[in-house]
Amino acid sequence: MSESIQERVLRVIATKQRLPLESLRPESTFEELGIDSLDRLNILFDLEGEFEIEIDDDEAKKVTNLQQMVAGIEHLVAAKAQASPTVDA
Amino acid sequence: MRRVVITGMGVVSASGRNQGEFWRQLSSGISAIDTISSVDPWQLRFKNAAEVRGYDPESEFPAKDLMFLDRFAQFALISANEAVSQAGVEWRQEVRERGAVVTGSCLGGRGAEEAGYWELFHHNRTRVHPLTIPLSMSNAGASHISMRYGIQGPVYTVSTACSSSAHAIGQAFWMVRAGIAPLAIAGGSEAPIFLGGLKAWEAMRVISKDTCRPFSADRSGLILGEGGAMLVLELLDDAIARGAQPLAEIVGFGMSSDADHITQPSSDGAARAMRNAIEDSGMAVEQFGYINAHGTGTLANDRTETAGIRAVFGSHADKLAVSSTKSMHGHALGAAGALEAVASVLSLRHGILPPTANYTTPDPECDLDVLPNEAKKAEVEACLSNSFAFGGLNAVLAFKAWR
Repeated sequence: MSESIQERVLRVIATKQRLPLESLRPESTFEELGIDSLDRLNILFDLEGEFEIEIDDDEAKKVTNLQQMVAGIEHLVAAKAQASPTVDA
Repeated sequence: MRRVVITGMGVVSASGRNQGEFWRQLSSGISAIDTISSVDPWQLRFKNAAEVRGYDPESEFPAKDLMFLDRFAQFALISANEAVSQAGVEWRQEVRERGAVVTGSCLGGRGAEEAGYWELFHHNRTRVHPLTIPLSMSNAGASHISMRYGIQGPVYTVSTACSSSAHAIGQAFWMVRAGIAPLAIAGGSEAPIFLGGLKAWEAMRVISKDTCRPFSADRSGLILGEGGAMLVLELLDDAIARGAQPLAEIVGFGMSSDADHITQPSSDGAARAMRNAIEDSGMAVEQFGYINAHGTGTLANDRTETAGIRAVFGSHADKLAVSSTKSMHGHALGAAGALEAVASVLSLRHGILPPTANYTTPDPECDLDVLPNEAKKAEVEACLSNSFAFGGLNAVLAFKAWR
């Protein structure tokens, strides 16, 4: 079974922060997880690579917990799929 | 204690390529921030910078000299030439043998390095240009100034990110005051507008996609700038003896390290550097009327700098004028402290305090008189010039008007 977007986001963050995957819950805030401004830069960099998307600085600043991050990534992935349809017009 | 004065200054910046033009633009509140022209901005997530425009290296240097000069070293030499010429330096034997050159640069000639590596990585070249090392070394600017004037004393370069040239000027000031060098050329230069460097800053997510709006509630980050600035420092007695005109007195230098976070600034560290500079000057806080702020336009800096100023100045903070000229000449990294030192000296000299440009909306966390958009006429007795770097390294200079 393929990994969901949420699972992929949590895996990227767990790997980057060297945290056990099971310690991450969607409602966890970055603050609770000890993720500071530089850690966030690293996570955004890895998420952009994982999903081949571009995360806007100002949008990223509004994100404070994992749930918001997952929702934001889902939105960007959907927008990307829409922007590059499988059949050329 | 021996007194040290500034007798010459030179500038190359987005806000003009000499002292007169620099001051005309700063005192008029004109921002030089514009669309990047030397790198194709489609490759970047931001579009604006403060570039030195209309600059033609061939008209400044003979071709055979230019071969040895990266853009940052060119800026160092041009600004040193203007400073030496204004000071009318007398090249006595003692000045040549014991004179100092202290420069600051964050990146040095990394643009030249990138050009060399580009050939390796993209064009399957097996060699890089043989001058890549002497072009890119961070001390190239200092060495070329030393060679140009035959200055043989302490010559070196300080690299403390955005505080580099403030540390350089402070060190030079202390050497002259201590009698180690009879004269010093001090300042810094930077040329950070090249693709790799811009991409690295993009990844830090601190560059504004808009413009630089220090202390304004809608600020969204810094805007990179480039350029160079140099000051000639000498003992007051020597300057008077040879009939030179002091532009201002340099009275204090303070340093500190946050010892905390590699990129997040601390108001405590900033406050300690300001206190140290004021203590070194032997003046009272009430004698200071203006601060040329570090004021990068990032959320974190402007808030912590405001808190630091309030901690140091107490109730006098409400009588201070505080402005960030980065809103006009951009953040020239290792050259920033030197550009702002020149702006500070000119403010004292002309009795005009340059504004914070691009300001729109008050921020309760930056509740100082930040001189929004319009210069103010005020003959202040003394001022500070703040520089706070990534890595938590802070340097503050104190200047006193010469009247």
